[in-house]
Amino acid sequence: MDIFIKYLFAFIIGGALCTVAQILIDKTKLTPARILVIYVCAGVFLTAINIYEPLVELAGAGATVPLTGFGRLIANGVKKAVDEKGLLGALTGGLSATAGGIAASIVFGFIASLIFSSKPKK
Amino acid sequence: MLSIINLYLVKLFSKGCDILKKQEYIEYVEKRAKRSPILKNCFFAFTVGGTICIIGQLLIDLYTYLGINKEDSGTLTSITLIFTSCLLTGLGVFDNIARVAGAGTLVPITGFANAVSSQAIDTKSEGYVLGVGAKIFTIAGPVIVYAVLSGTLYGVIYYICTLIWG
Repeated sequence: MDIFIKYLFAFIIGGALCTVAQILIDKTKLTPARILVIYVCAGVFLTAINIYEPLVELAGAGATVPLTGFGRLIANGVKKAVDEKGLLGALTGGLSATAGGIAASIVFGFIASLIFSSKPKK
Repeated sequence: MLSIINLYLVKLFSKGCDILKKQEYIEYVEKRAKRSPILKNCFFAFTVGGTICIIGQLLIDLYTYLGINKEDSGTLTSITLIFTSCLLTGLGVFDNIARVAGAGTLVPITGFANAVSSQAIDTKSEGYVLGVGAKIFTIAGPVIVYAVLSGTLYGVIYYICTLIWG
């Protein structure tokens, strides 16, 4: 039952974060790229003021898979690094925490460009 | 002879009807689409986005079950989702899903990976250094730039706070 509730919240919170972005796309003139930037900054901000972490406790991947979760990784990484190394951590913590995702995007994106060619848009 | 002409006329007429029906149908669809595109878009964004998050949770639980610690299984989940998006982008499947799902595929990490890989594939013709190398982050780059900027700002503020309150 616990597992069912965890997956239900992952679905609802993850879906809700996407729905908010969809409303922003439909109702305002914000381009998808701007929305991604807003989401990632919102993730950093909400984590910094300790609102996002309870959401992760509740929804798991529902809060970590959306791009706000990327912002959360940055914020948590920075905080941990500042605790360990002082001010230097403000510069080193964020990218260290997200290195896996960024490197994976570069590597798999590059491999995709080796294998596939762009298809004409229908 | 007359019956053949008759038949032809009937055929022509029914064809005309078909065209009319088609037009009516298109108008009807457009009317419906205009009335509730947001509701429809939100529905697909919600269900597809939610489903991707459920897949993410399944992956986290799978990696944790395999004995990987919490932090690493989160990273591995991101990497798995990124790999899948790059593959689906290359196969041309991602665009078809994204057209329906809108923000449902954009907001999860899949959107980030799609932005990188589609850019890599599209700029391949311009060469691997100035094409792929230079333009791979045309769309996804701003995300990293502003994430790092806001993260550093937070780090500085947090550092000052620890100095003041210990």
